[in-house]
Amino acid sequence: MEAYRYPQPMASEITPRSYFLSRRTLIAGAAGSMLAAGHTAQTAQAAAGHAGGEAGWPAPEKPTPRNDVTQYNNFYEFGTDKSDPAELSGAFKPLPWSVQVDGMVDNPRTWPLEDLTRQFGQEERLYRMRCVEAWSMVIPWNGFPLAAVLKAAGPKIGARYVAFTSVFRPSEMPGQRGGLFALKWPYVEGLRLDEAMHPLTLLATGVYGEALPAQNGAPIRLVVPWKYGFKGIKSITRITVTDRQPPTSWNLMAPEEYGFYANVNPAVDHPRWSQGSEQVIGEGSLFRTARKPTQLFNGYAEQVADLYQGMDLRKDF
Amino acid sequence: MPSFSSPRRRRSRFSPVTRQVLLYLFFLLPAALDIALGMAGTLGPNPTSVCLHDFGRYAFRFLLASMVISPLKRFVGVDLMLYRRPLGLLAFTYAALHVFFYVVVARHLDTHILWQDFTTRPFLTFGVITFLILAALAATSTRRAIRALGRKWVPLHRLAYLAMLLATIHYTIAFKTWHVEPFIYGAVALFVLALRLVPKPPRRSVQ
Repeated sequence: MEAYRYPQPMASEITPRSYFLSRRTLIAGAAGSMLAAGHTAQTAQAAAGHAGGEAGWPAPEKPTPRNDVTQYNNFYEFGTDKSDPAELSGAFKPLPWSVQVDGMVDNPRTWPLEDLTRQFGQEERLYRMRCVEAWSMVIPWNGFPLAAVLKAAGPKIGARYVAFTSVFRPSEMPGQRGGLFALKWPYVEGLRLDEAMHPLTLLATGVYGEALPAQNGAPIRLVVPWKYGFKGIKSITRITVTDRQPPTSWNLMAPEEYGFYANVNPAVDHPRWSQGSEQVIGEGSLFRTARKPTQLFNGYAEQVADLYQGMDLRKDF
Repeated sequence: MPSFSSPRRRRSRFSPVTRQVLLYLFFLLPAALDIALGMAGTLGPNPTSVCLHDFGRYAFRFLLASMVISPLKRFVGVDLMLYRRPLGLLAFTYAALHVFFYVVVARHLDTHILWQDFTTRPFLTFGVITFLILAALAATSTRRAIRALGRKWVPLHRLAYLAMLLATIHYTIAFKTWHVEPFIYGAVALFVLALRLVPKPPRRSVQ
């Protein structure tokens, strides 16, 4: 398969791990005056980076530190705190795993996970991740395009949507035992078929070159980098091609707050907060967070904007 | 019913004011701990948000604590009135830290972003009013202010009940889903409020 070209996060968006670590060491070991100095230097750097100069920010080496990617997660099946997924997912056994592909397809099939990775390979994709809560990361995923799986299944004429279903295992997922205050389980998501077939849309089985940890959606999850993170359903058990717009979990919970499309859009605010800018996880200090403006379609407008031509993005948010 | 007329006076080697100050300083420890851990880099990937939310919760806790002092005396006979003022000031202090972490640390004092926030995030409106009330109460908590306000001081400080209700709403609707904690805090707040509505028996009123 030919490698798909997509925009890499800009150099200024990426914090080199060495820089990140050295600042931590500095802060940890420093007295108050040292701290103040470090803070000023960092502010200056952030300002320079903001101006768009390559000189301001250290050269890119690596994305958001692995530790942050694997310790700061929204995965309500394990709990609502960002640290819950990493801390409370010990009982979750992702293997063996299989994914059922069915619905309006010529070749319905249940794929053992190994067969998927064997057949469709593994490539690395460095994607921006923008959470609907207005924070962001830059994450190196490993996986294969969803399109490959769908092509193998062969959508029938008239198919328009793809529905995804996550796993339901209350005995292994403490967040699913909550009941009253939780989302409805299992978590479900959906895409329009053309969105699902887009070469940017990824089924990830790994992050940072290793198998997905439970908290990141083991063993296989969806990544749609131009949409808010909650569209990236984790621990997928079933992919169903359909002619009807499928229900989606957050939309069921609060339809006026979370739309079906959920495209990243700084001009369309969440009813309870602004989406104009985002906090960059892994950067900044205790006394000054790193923020940057949010981009339309999370910076992938050139690749995906034509999917939404003629649509009112304010109405179909 | 315990008698209020002859309160037991325990001996303390510290003067009342010293005891108030010690209580206040002691309960600044959670803030000091968070900031120390945050500076040491052990508060996780988003230390700012941990501080922000911890301080907000502490503000609420101390507000509730200051509000149970009076019913404790009236219904249980435990007199901790000496500590009501430092508890109220702790509520204000933590609320101020909470606001500082939001306005300065998270939002960089950016008036444009802040204005956007205040106009698009209703829960912030509740938060802002709560903070303004706490600030007014803190500012009028000195002996001089109490004397200057005279009879007006009591009705003014009843605003603490309003602050408690607004804080409950602020906390409850701040999440993406319903969380259990705000409802626990809210239940305590409503309980305190309900006690307030219990009519006082005639001639039993305390001073």
